[in-house]
Amino acid sequence: MENLESLANEARTAIASAEDPAALDQVRVDYLGKKGSITGLLKGLGKLSAEARPAAGAEINQVKQALQESIAERKDILEGAAVAEKLAAETIDITLSGRGQATGGLHPVTRTIERIADFFEAIGFETVEGPEIEDDYHNFEALNIPAHHPARAMHDTFYIDESTVLRTHTSPVQVRVMESSEPPLKIICPGRVYRCDSDLTHTPMFHQVEGLLISENSSFADLKGIVEEFLRVFFEKELAVRFRPSYFPFTEPSAEVDIQCVMCNGEGCRVCSQTGWLEVMGCGMVHPRVFEYSNIDTEKFTGFAFGMGVERLAMLRYGVNDLRLFFENDLRFLEQFR
Amino acid sequence: MKISENWLQEWVNPGVSIEDLVEKITMAGLEVDGVEAVAGEFTGVVVGEIIAIEQHPDADKLRVCQVAGGDEIVQVVCGAPNARTGIKIPFATVGAVLPGDSPKGFKIKKAKLRGVESFGMLCAEQELGLSDANEGLMELAGDAPVGINLRDYLDLDDTVIEVDLTPNRADCLSVAGIARDVGVIYECDVVAPLIAPVKPQIDDRLAIDIEAGADCPRYVGRIIRGVDVGQPSPLWMQEKLRRSGIRSIDAVVDVTNYVLLELGQPMHAFDLRSLEGGIRVRHAQESEKMTLLDGQELELQAGTLVIADHQRPVALAGIMGGEATAVKPTSQDIFLEAAFFAPVKLAGRARAYGLHTDSSHRFERGVDYQLQVPAIERATQLLLDIVGGQPGPIIELVSSDIPIAAEIELRAARIKKLLGLDIERNEVTGILTRLGLTVTTTDQGWIVVAPSWRFDIAIEADLLEEIARIYGYNRLPVTRIHSDLALQAKTETKTGLRAIRRQLVARGYQEAITYCFIEPKAQQLVCPQDDTVALTNPISSDMAVMRTSLWPGLLGVMEHNLNRQQSRIRLFESGLRFIPNGDDLPKQDAMLAGAITGRREPESWSENGELVDFYDLKGDLESVLALSGLGNNTDLVFLAGEHPALHPGQTAAICYQGKTVGYVGTIHPLLQKKMGFAQPIYLFEVELSAITSAELPKFTELSKFPEVRRDLAILLERGIEANSVLNAVREVAGDELRNLRLFDIYEGKGIDLKEKSLALGLTYQHSSRTLNEDEVNASVERVVSQLQQRFGATLR
Repeated sequence: MENLESLANEARTAIASAEDPAALDQVRVDYLGKKGSITGLLKGLGKLSAEARPAAGAEINQVKQALQESIAERKDILEGAAVAEKLAAETIDITLSGRGQATGGLHPVTRTIERIADFFEAIGFETVEGPEIEDDYHNFEALNIPAHHPARAMHDTFYIDESTVLRTHTSPVQVRVMESSEPPLKIICPGRVYRCDSDLTHTPMFHQVEGLLISENSSFADLKGIVEEFLRVFFEKELAVRFRPSYFPFTEPSAEVDIQCVMCNGEGCRVCSQTGWLEVMGCGMVHPRVFEYSNIDTEKFTGFAFGMGVERLAMLRYGVNDLRLFFENDLRFLEQFR
Repeated sequence: MKISENWLQEWVNPGVSIEDLVEKITMAGLEVDGVEAVAGEFTGVVVGEIIAIEQHPDADKLRVCQVAGGDEIVQVVCGAPNARTGIKIPFATVGAVLPGDSPKGFKIKKAKLRGVESFGMLCAEQELGLSDANEGLMELAGDAPVGINLRDYLDLDDTVIEVDLTPNRADCLSVAGIARDVGVIYECDVVAPLIAPVKPQIDDRLAIDIEAGADCPRYVGRIIRGVDVGQPSPLWMQEKLRRSGIRSIDAVVDVTNYVLLELGQPMHAFDLRSLEGGIRVRHAQESEKMTLLDGQELELQAGTLVIADHQRPVALAGIMGGEATAVKPTSQDIFLEAAFFAPVKLAGRARAYGLHTDSSHRFERGVDYQLQVPAIERATQLLLDIVGGQPGPIIELVSSDIPIAAEIELRAARIKKLLGLDIERNEVTGILTRLGLTVTTTDQGWIVVAPSWRFDIAIEADLLEEIARIYGYNRLPVTRIHSDLALQAKTETKTGLRAIRRQLVARGYQEAITYCFIEPKAQQLVCPQDDTVALTNPISSDMAVMRTSLWPGLLGVMEHNLNRQQSRIRLFESGLRFIPNGDDLPKQDAMLAGAITGRREPESWSENGELVDFYDLKGDLESVLALSGLGNNTDLVFLAGEHPALHPGQTAAICYQGKTVGYVGTIHPLLQKKMGFAQPIYLFEVELSAITSAELPKFTELSKFPEVRRDLAILLERGIEANSVLNAVREVAGDELRNLRLFDIYEGKGIDLKEKSLALGLTYQHSSRTLNEDEVNASVERVVSQLQQRFGATLR
């Protein structure tokens, strides 16, 4: 049996020095295969005495099993190295940018309108749109602005013909809704409006969001509550809000809404003309005559309306300092609002 | 409206700082637009007199003046062209400090100008911060006392308050009106100047006929004979006018302007001798002519209210007087007029003639209908003091159209309902009474009658506003948002514009917003087939017609950005397009449009510089359509189409339920060239209403049985559209065809030049059993034979 010992040593050396899975497999065939040298020892057992046979067989099998384990161990090592080598060769530069389309963006006016609409839709207002070329009746008369009313001079109207205009505000949408629906009503009307004015602080087209709430018990106190809450939510900031008596033909009482300047926190700066206040909205209780035009019972229903300039809010929110940029559509500007 | 603080204080003095006053009146609805000192900060300036003057020896433009006014007569070098002996001027003595750029001001020192010593400076208005006038020295009145401090002499420690009044508060277009509101706000007394009737000294009257009583419910006049128009109006009057932005003309005009500012009554004075016969208040006849005070010749429109004499119109009523009958330096007898014109009748008149005057501004908004007689008395009083003369009796004509103050009911319950305010009844009574209303209390609330100056108060809502305003808007209660939780169902069968926008943004598009009025040339270039809606008063010729398509605007944005070194641009816009519609309002459809150009992907290591083409744009559009479950073979199909702006071989009409709702295509090479684009642009536009109605998803059972796929390669004529091939396959393949793909197209080497090869993948599946070979083969045979019959296609 000295042969077993030396064969085993020989096999161990061969296993350890096998450099790849193929060489290792050859070692297995050479020693443990059907014609392998250790397998051959098992075949020679028959020559031994019946007494010696079991012990010798067990010894050979023990060595065989140990060698099989060594081969398996060596195989794991060799395969692991191959995988590692393959992985190393497959390494990529993960800092390179990803493939494909870049993302575009919404226009800041749209972004602002959506922000406004989100607030009002969350409290049950419905978004409604209307025509931009309007008749005199819806743009003016039904809003208690008869022909030659001095308030018309505040509107610098674009005309298509004598009785057709580009809407000067989004308020005509209110009239259309009041004509076609029964109160209670809770609507906002965002959209483009037009005034014949163009300078540093005016563009001939701009955007407004108008709101209207009509119910059996809405008061100026509710209006103040909604407006204050909206401004706090829109600017994500606790800010002072004040209501100042004003005049709109379609509301009474009417108010302008000022907020504490968001640029200087009310300290006084160029944006607020050193006053610490910024005018951001107009609002008021719906004028009884407006209700009468739309056949709404002024004794039963009360309501309020409010309106805001979208570009103005966008400028304050995002710090844009030139109104005209909104309609130049320069990508370097638009891409800042992604 | 600009008024001086000192003038206001003559009427009412609450004893508060200017800041407090401005804040309070602003918060009561009289918005203060600006507060400005009447003069700059300066000291050491006195009234000086040029005693003698001689040419500077070494400078053509400088002169050497001897000036009195300081402690002694001193020499001052001066460059002003109007410097001359005898005039009185502001004299900044040595040591004086004038307004300057530095916070400390500009200090006057002894100086040498071209070798001649100068002790002080003679000033222009601009140098004292009085106005922008800088042409020469400010010339003071001949009777100005030499040596007196200029600030005292001109009463310059004063502030001008500019109030931006809303159209409903015409009652505040005067010192009296603002004083009344200040009195109400601060609860303090208002002291008006005493206006006593002036006793007539002569009995001369002018014949006055009112032919348009509805337009002119009250007309008041008075003759004054023997006036001396050469007398200047007093300094205090000139200064008050100046502070309200009105230039002094002569005593008569100044007095009428003064009464306008003080009481709010526009007035006019005629040269009595120029009037022929008497006054007729009537409507103009078509094409009557008159020349206005400012020299402008007018051809009158029929119906315009005029003041006429027996020959011709002599004034545009309530707007401006005429030149022919104006008071002249030589006038000796004048006729003073104060009228009440009905606002609705006068509204828009001035504008119709391109005019806007202090007078028309007030009459259009309303004037106190009982102010005319007091105004004439006040003006007479002031005039007699300055220009002398003998006044005649007041002549007053009143028509039945003079307004009558109505009784208005205010119900306590409405205060609570509309303002949400619980307020003591006597507090309401107090506010209304302070406002000058006659108040009677009732069980329900109050019955009030508004004073003649508050002609804007007519209904209950007006009273609610007054109470809110005086009580204080910011003291009114606030109710936090509350909800009764009646939520509206949200539809799932409509794709919102928001989702569409986000889809395009995700595919790399940037939203643009362009003007709806565009240049007629651009409109014509892109959509020559469309009639347009034009503006009658465009702001400029390049914004004159309403767009019939969003493309001209987007192409403009393309151009703007291509000119700024951007070469890969992807844009979309949503908005209305406008189509004429006979006598009705134009058709206004919401459209969605897009335009792309440049590389398919942003320049990167991972792309190879490939440029976008028709199919990129179509793919993006299809991804939007997919949001609503639309795409070919639904209600919406792409058909080969034509559009003047697009390449005739690369245009698809988008058809929805048989109607063309949009186009997608490559810009026409000729248009591309005309517009100067170096690279092709791909455009789509579609009516939003066609792509936003979505189907509610409906579940169908999943099949448990295997799919079978067969691929076919066919050869057919190049011109045959893929979609018709696919439709032909679907017609005959049978119900088990689950999916059909066109997965390859080949043209070129190896096949006939007139032909192309299409590779089709057909996937079959049965919902309740495994398909057998024969069934699939039969379907494929039907397909092959259909394609052969329909298109002459052969298997490759």
